[in-house]
Amino acid sequence: MTQRVLEVESPLLELEEKINELKIVNQTGKIDLSREIEALERKASQLKKSIYENLTPWEKVRLARHPERPTTLEYVNAMFTDFFELHGDRHYADDAAIVGGFARLDGQPVMVIGHQKGKETRENLFRNFGMPNPEGFRKAGRLMKLAASFHVPIVTFIDTPGAYPGIEAEERGQYEAIAQNIALMSSLPVPIIVTVIGEGGSGGALAIGMGDRVLMLEHSVYSVISPEGCASILWRDATRAEEAARALRITAQDLHRRGIIDAIVSEPPGGVHRAPHVVFGKLANIIAESIEELAALPSALLVERRYQKYRAMGEFVCAVENEERVPVAAGVG
Amino acid sequence: MSGFFDRLRSQRPKTTAQPGANASREIPDNLWVKCSRCHTAVFRKVFEEQFKVCDKCGYHHKLTAWERVSLLSDPDAFLEWDAGITPADPLQFGPDYQRKLEEDRQKTRLGDAVLSGRTLLANHPVALGVMDFAFRGGSMGSVVGEKITMLMERALSERLPTIVVTSSGGARMQEGIYSLMQMAKTSAARVRLQEAGLPYLVVLTDPTTAGVAASFAALGDVILAEPDAIIGFSGARVIEQTIRQKLPEGFQTSEFYLKHGFIDSVVPRKDLKSSLARLLGFLTRSGSVASVTE
Ligand SMILES: [Zn+2]
Repeated sequence: MTQRVLEVESPLLELEEKINELKIVNQTGKIDLSREIEALERKASQLKKSIYENLTPWEKVRLARHPERPTTLEYVNAMFTDFFELHGDRHYADDAAIVGGFARLDGQPVMVIGHQKGKETRENLFRNFGMPNPEGFRKAGRLMKLAASFHVPIVTFIDTPGAYPGIEAEERGQYEAIAQNIALMSSLPVPIIVTVIGEGGSGGALAIGMGDRVLMLEHSVYSVISPEGCASILWRDATRAEEAARALRITAQDLHRRGIIDAIVSEPPGGVHRAPHVVFGKLANIIAESIEELAALPSALLVERRYQKYRAMGEFVCAVENEERVPVAAGVG
Repeated sequence: MSGFFDRLRSQRPKTTAQPGANASREIPDNLWVKCSRCHTAVFRKVFEEQFKVCDKCGYHHKLTAWERVSLLSDPDAFLEWDAGITPADPLQFGPDYQRKLEEDRQKTRLGDAVLSGRTLLANHPVALGVMDFAFRGGSMGSVVGEKITMLMERALSERLPTIVVTSSGGARMQEGIYSLMQMAKTSAARVRLQEAGLPYLVVLTDPTTAGVAASFAALGDVILAEPDAIIGFSGARVIEQTIRQKLPEGFQTSEFYLKHGFIDSVVPRKDLKSSLARLLGFLTRSGSVASVTE
């Protein structure tokens, strides 16, 4: 599905290429092109801005899946120090689609956990394209419990198309593994900070995605079902994914407006992969501040607030509150 | 046993006199009923006395929520909770979706895919939630999430054991991220029952998959399943397309998950109420949880 370049980017890339050509000519010193180059660079920067401020939901899906987009371990290595990776669920196996371990943020211990995608084919096969099996979720659950026992805050990174749909995954209780993690995260007495860095794919995302603060990168997406899956179920036509992406309201902007996530982390023009260190630095600050703020709360209050936060999610019509109704015609009288 | 449908008739004349479209497709309205699995014609009265279980092949036809309540409740004991909570269309999927909701409301006489309330089960007071597959495939949107959460919160404040009978294809796609968040909301409520020492029993019925399987359905203190129900996270078709292989016989059934260790017991429908009553007996004293913990 992904490719190196989005269609929407190509005018920009063409312009950037022309500028580079002119720069080479300019360097020869035969003609002075610096004024022209300057003008074109201004134009490129405007173009960049307008392209990335007006991405459609589907273009964001494509950008969220961009093969050059930084993966969890890149964030971990750039934002934290002293990362000590911990493996295995203690029952069955180690799942490379989820990574986790201790690390330090501004010197303070944290437990980091995230989905791990690969960049190249071989790595992607090893990481199963970031689609965990039950043992991946169980490893994450184990590490979260470990963190909570020693009062260590939890930082998670979401980047998965979803839980892996496979025979063995089902045999080993994919649904149970996800449910246990969600239940666990609802009651852990330590701060949990979640960041959606790419794709937030359904239950497989939520299984490490319940938290006191949920952040999303500007061009990341978070959805109950992939746009392709939605289109093929609703309209029996996976090619209508673009339409489904719009209908599902999966962008960071939509979810922030609806109060599902707490904040959006802006990306440089062109997406996080164009200047990852800008985002790493900014995100590290936001996470550190959030942890400091949340760690100051008594743990019972922290858990209660988290409960109420999710308790309030949902949109429905409520005709009468707190009613107790005898079934029609069952008639007590 | 007999009298199950008679009792239901007296309770819900409208629902049973004109059974839901789903039910009527499975069971033509005459003396004989054709089993939707083995296609044997079964005498209607026998079929109904066996709670819509085929006496030839044992297939458990889907029950409506009201039929399920009638199966599990003592006569006239059920008091519905939160009937006034009905679906919005938060993502504005539009008139087509709203028309389908309306059709399913007519068909099931439910506001959404779950019916909840307080009842007596063999004299045990319980909070009971029952899902109905005939309403949008039992899909979980904001209403299902809210009503299951309310059920558990009421059980918490009234110190009742909770029983939930699931039947769901998963998330309500038309509610997008709100559906996903119901997994978090319901699971969190379930944890509070655990912390309060209140029992939570789950009965998985055909089908229980995806978002419902991966939240409150998987979290019972005891998990029962009806025979041959489809259970799992990913749909069979998606798995087949991913791995490009045929799925093994009996994959993702109740018996499959019993074998793999995820279900406590597979219980035929005729024994369901008595099994739940026995479990409640172990988990509560003199029918009341309050006396155990207070
Ligand atoms: Zn049959």
